[in-house]
Amino acid sequence: MERDLKIVPQRKAAAEGNFYPEKPDAIGPGMNERVQRLRKLSVEVEPSLSIERALHETAFYRENYGKYSIPVLRALNFLDHCQKKTLYLGDDELIVGERGPRPKAVPTFPELTCHSVEDFHVLNTREQQRYTISEADIATYAREVIPYWQGRTVRERIFAHVPGEWQAAYEAGLFTEFMEQRAPGHTALDGQIYRRGMLDFKLQIAAELAALDYLNDPEATDKAEQLKAMDISCDAVILFAERHAELAETMAAGAINPQRSAELRKIAEVCRRVPAHAPSSFHEAIQMYWFVHLGTITELNGWDAMNPGHFDQHLAPFYAADIAAGALTRDQAKELLCCFWVKVNNHPAPPKVGITARESGTYNDFTNINIGGITGDGKDGVSEVSYIMLEVIEELHILQPGSSVHVSSKTPDRFLNAACKVIRQGHGYPSVFNPDVYVVELLRQGKSIKDAREGGCSGCIEVGAFGKEAFVLTGYLNVPKVLEITLNNGIDPLTGKLAGIETGDPLGFTSYDELYGAFLRQLNFIVDTKVQVSNYIDRMFAKYAPAPFLSVVIEDCISKGKDYYDGGPRYNTNYIQCTGLGTTTDSLAALKKHVFEDRSFSMERLLKAIAGNFAGEDFLRQTIINKTPFFGNDDDYADDIALQVYHDLLAAIDGKPNVKGEAFHLNMLSTTCHIYFGKVMGATPNGRLAGKSISDGTSPSHGADTHGPSAVIRTLTKLDHTMSGGTLLNQRFLPSLLKRDEDVARLGQLIRSYFTLGGHHIQFNIVDTATLKAAQETPEDYKDLLVRMAGYSDYFNDMNADLQQEVIERTENESF
Amino acid sequence: MSQGLVFDIKRYSINDGPGIRITIFLKGCPLHCLWCHNPESISPKIQKLFTAAKCIGCGECCRVCPVHACRLTSEGVITDGSLCTLCGQCADVCPTLATEMSGRFRSVDDLLGIIEKERPFFDQSGGGVTFSGGEPMQQPEFLSELLEACGRKNIHRAVDTSGFVKTETLLRVAKSTDLFLYDLKLMDPDRHQRYTGVDNRLILDNLKALAASGAAIQVRIPLIGGVNDDSANLEATAAFVAALPGAKKAVNLLPYHDVARGKDVKLGQVRDLAELREPDAAEVALAREVFCRFGLNANVGG
Repeated sequence: MERDLKIVPQRKAAAEGNFYPEKPDAIGPGMNERVQRLRKLSVEVEPSLSIERALHETAFYRENYGKYSIPVLRALNFLDHCQKKTLYLGDDELIVGERGPRPKAVPTFPELTCHSVEDFHVLNTREQQRYTISEADIATYAREVIPYWQGRTVRERIFAHVPGEWQAAYEAGLFTEFMEQRAPGHTALDGQIYRRGMLDFKLQIAAELAALDYLNDPEATDKAEQLKAMDISCDAVILFAERHAELAETMAAGAINPQRSAELRKIAEVCRRVPAHAPSSFHEAIQMYWFVHLGTITELNGWDAMNPGHFDQHLAPFYAADIAAGALTRDQAKELLCCFWVKVNNHPAPPKVGITARESGTYNDFTNINIGGITGDGKDGVSEVSYIMLEVIEELHILQPGSSVHVSSKTPDRFLNAACKVIRQGHGYPSVFNPDVYVVELLRQGKSIKDAREGGCSGCIEVGAFGKEAFVLTGYLNVPKVLEITLNNGIDPLTGKLAGIETGDPLGFTSYDELYGAFLRQLNFIVDTKVQVSNYIDRMFAKYAPAPFLSVVIEDCISKGKDYYDGGPRYNTNYIQCTGLGTTTDSLAALKKHVFEDRSFSMERLLKAIAGNFAGEDFLRQTIINKTPFFGNDDDYADDIALQVYHDLLAAIDGKPNVKGEAFHLNMLSTTCHIYFGKVMGATPNGRLAGKSISDGTSPSHGADTHGPSAVIRTLTKLDHTMSGGTLLNQRFLPSLLKRDEDVARLGQLIRSYFTLGGHHIQFNIVDTATLKAAQETPEDYKDLLVRMAGYSDYFNDMNADLQQEVIERTENESF
Repeated sequence: MSQGLVFDIKRYSINDGPGIRITIFLKGCPLHCLWCHNPESISPKIQKLFTAAKCIGCGECCRVCPVHACRLTSEGVITDGSLCTLCGQCADVCPTLATEMSGRFRSVDDLLGIIEKERPFFDQSGGGVTFSGGEPMQQPEFLSELLEACGRKNIHRAVDTSGFVKTETLLRVAKSTDLFLYDLKLMDPDRHQRYTGVDNRLILDNLKALAASGAAIQVRIPLIGGVNDDSANLEATAAFVAALPGAKKAVNLLPYHDVARGKDVKLGQVRDLAELREPDAAEVALAREVFCRFGLNANVGG
C-alpha cells in the first residue's frame, strides 16, 4: 500500500532548501551529526500523500456509522487509527512520532474533503507544492475511499447549502472561506499539558460525567456523549505513545550500537510516561507536546496545524530543574529542541483543492513558536531557553516551524539584539510581535488579564488566548475588490456577472462622499453575505466533525461538556481577515484627488482606462502613480482615507454575533491571499495593473512607500491596532542596511519605536533585488533563499513565478 | 523666519551620526570634489533635473511653460537655460518625475515639523538630526536658527561639514552643535586644490580650532582609490588627526562608490571620473590599520 521510503526522493534532492554543497562530508548545518542527518532527511524527502488514514477511516465509518453519537464515533475513529497506524521511528531520532507512516507523508481527511482521482494526478505532477502518490494508491483510493464519501463530505454539504449571492461573491473572489475544506484551526496551547497528563484529564472527565444533572439540564445527554468522546480520545493518544514505547524497546534490543540502544530505551521510558502523566523532565515536556500536537492534527486537519504557544516559557522550569539536578546540559537541551524543530518540518500542510489551493500555495502549515513575551503575571518571559531557541532557528534554517519573538517594554535589549542578529541572516524568521499591544487587543475582546498575557499569536499574526480559545479564522476579505465592483455598480468586470448589490452608476456620483457611501453599502452587504455562511459552517463542524481530543486540551471544554467547535472553550472568536488596505486607500485617494478635487480626469476616462488596463493611458497612469498621496508615506491625505476604511471595516465586522454567543472581530492579514485576490481583479484606480497582487496585510502597496521605514511606521501607527485582532507589516531590508553591529542595534530600535507607537507586528525580509533576480536565473544556486512572505517564510525556489515577482517588487529601502 | 534651500531630506538615516537620524541636505557647496556623490548639492540655486529614460514624451511640460523654454525632441525635453526662470511648473505636471526641481526653499518651522515627526525614533535610539549638504554653513543664518530651534526642543544636532568656512562662522555654529562630522580629503595642498577646487589650509586650521574649542568631532574620510588611498596621504592624515587637541577623534572611512555618473546626466554635465576607483575590501582594511596604528578608533562606514 505505502511506497518504499527508498524510492521517495525522485526529484533532485534539495527540492526544499538543501542549500549546502553536495559533498559527502558536508551534510548541512546543525549542532552535531545527529541533527545534521535528521535535518538533511527532513529537507530532502519530498512531500507525499499517505492514504492509510483515509482507508482506516472509511472502513471504520462503513462498519460503525449510526451505532454511536457523532462525538463518540469521531473519538472511536481516532482510537482505531491510533491502534492501527504505521509507526515511524527513525535512526537518530530522540523526539518520536509522525502523523503519516514516514516523514513528510501527509494523510487525507475525506470526511471533510474527498480528493478526486484528478486532484491526485494534479498534486502528483504539478511544479510547485507537489505531493507524490503512486498510481496504485490512487487506484486503491478510487476503489475504497471515494465511493463511500460521495455526497457525505462536509464540503459537499456546505456547497449544497450556500445561497446564490454567496456563491456569486465567492466565485468573483470577494472573499475566501477557510472552513470549506479544512477544519477551523489556528489553535495554540497554554501550559496545562505540562502540569496534567491524560490520566488527570480522564479523572476530570469522569467527575464531570458523574455530576451531570439529567433532571434539570436539557443538554446533559449531549454533554455525556461529548465527555465520553473526550475520554476515549485520551486513551487513543496514550495508546499511540505506548505503541512507540514498545517499538523503541524492540529496536533497543536489536540495536548493535550500545549508545543508540540506550537512547531507544530512554525514548521508551519517556513514551511510557507521557502523555499519560505530566512530564517530569525537559525531554518529556517536549515529547508531551509533540504527542498532543500529533493527536490534534491526526484527529482533524485544523488550519495552521497546532501551536505550542509560549514554548520557551513552558519549557523553562523543566530546563532549570534538569540543569540544577545535573540531569541535562545546555547542549543536550538544544539537541532535543533541534529534534523537535525537525519533527515539525516533517509535517507539511495537507494539500488543498479549488480556490483554497489557489490562495494558499505553500507546504507551510504555520506552526508558530512564540519566544520571549510576558508571563501570565506580567513579568518578562525571556529565559535561557529563549536564547537556545534563537540559536536553533539560526542554525537549522528550515521552513517549519515558524517562529516569532515577542518584545514588550520589559524585554531586555540583549534578547532583542540576539533576535535581530537572527533576522539579519535573512532566513525570514523570526517575526516580531508586541505583547503590550496585543494584550490590550485581547482585553478589549473580553479576556481576563491573565488569559490575555498568556495569549499570543498563532499561525501568522492573529491573536488569541492560548489554550483557552477557539479563534477561528473564517477567510480573507478582498477589500479592493469591493471597491472594484462598486465602480461597476455591483458587477464583476472580469465576468460581467452581478457579484454584489447595485449601488448606483458611478458616472452619476457628484462627490467623493457619494462614491464612498456606495462603497460602504457594498462592503456591508459582502461582509453580511460572508458571515451568514461562516455561521452555517461553524454549526456543520460542531455537529458533524467535532474534535474531542482537541477539546481535552483547551480549557473549559471539559467543564462545559462541549466541543471545541461548539463553544466549549472559555473564549470563542471568529475573525475575518481584511486584505488590501493599501490598494484600497491608494485607489480611493486617486479617485478623490484626480476625479473629484483636481478634476484632472473625468470618472468616465478613469473607468475606461481601468477597463482597458491603462492601455494608451500612460500619461493618466503615471500621473496617478507619481502625483497621488499614497498610504505609507506619513501623508495625512492618504492616511486619513485609510483610517476611514479601517474604521468602516471595524463597523462592518467587529462585534457581529457568531453562533457561540460571542463575536466576530477583524484582523489585517493576507498571508499569500493578496496574490490570488490580485489575480481575480482588473486594474485599479491607483495605477495597479490587472492581475497584479494587491497590498498585503497593512503594508503599503508595492513601491508606494517612498519615504523609508520611519514614515511607514508613522503611517501605520495612525491606525489603532488594539481594535484589531492583529495587523501585519512587511518591511524589506537589504543586507547592506544591516552590515555592522550598530545597524543591528538600529533595527532593534526601529522595532522598539514601532511598538512604542502602538504597532502589533513587524517582519523583515533581508534580501537584495540582484540576489532575487539572480535566483530566478539560476535557481539551483540559491536554494538557501528563505524569504519571509506575509506572515510566514518560504523558499524562494519553491514559490511560483507570481510569488517570486511579488517578493522582488516589495519596496526596497535601498537608498538609506 | 528665514528660509533655506534644501535639496533632500532622508528619514531613517543610520550613517550620519549616532542612532536613528533624519538628515537634512542644504544646497550649495564651495568645493567641487571630483567624486561628489551629490553633484546637485554644489550649486546654491534651484536646479532642474531631467531623466530622459523616464520621459514618455507627453509634452505637458512644454505646454505649461510660461516662457516657452522647454522643447520636446526625439532625445527628450531640452530646456533653454537662458529663458528658464526655474519656476517649476514643468516639474509639477510631469507625470513620471522625469523633470524634477532640485532645491526647495523651506522655513525653519516647516523643517522643525518634519524633524519632530522622527522623535519616537530619536528617543529609542539616541538619534537626532544631521545637517549635511552641500556645505550647510554656506547658509549660516538659516543653519544657526535651525540648530538653536532644535536645541530648544532637546534634539541631538550633528553638522556634516567640509570645513571650508570662515573660522568665526564655524565657531559660532559650534555653540549650538552637539557633534561635527568633519570631512578630510587630502593632506597635500596641491592635490587637494586639484581634486576639490580649493586649498586645504583653511580646512585643516579650522579643524584644529574646532578641536581646541572642545567641540565633539568625528572625522570622516572618503576613501577614493587612486586619489587619497596611498600610504603617504593616509599616514599624514592619521598623524594630523592624532595630534589634534582634546580627546582622540573617532575616524570613519567611507569607501567611494561609483554612483555619481547617473546624477551628472540628470544635470546635463559631464565629469571625467576615469581616475577614480572603488577600493576593494583589502585596501579598506589596510587603510583602517594605518589609523589604528596612530591610536585612533577607525571604523568603516557611517
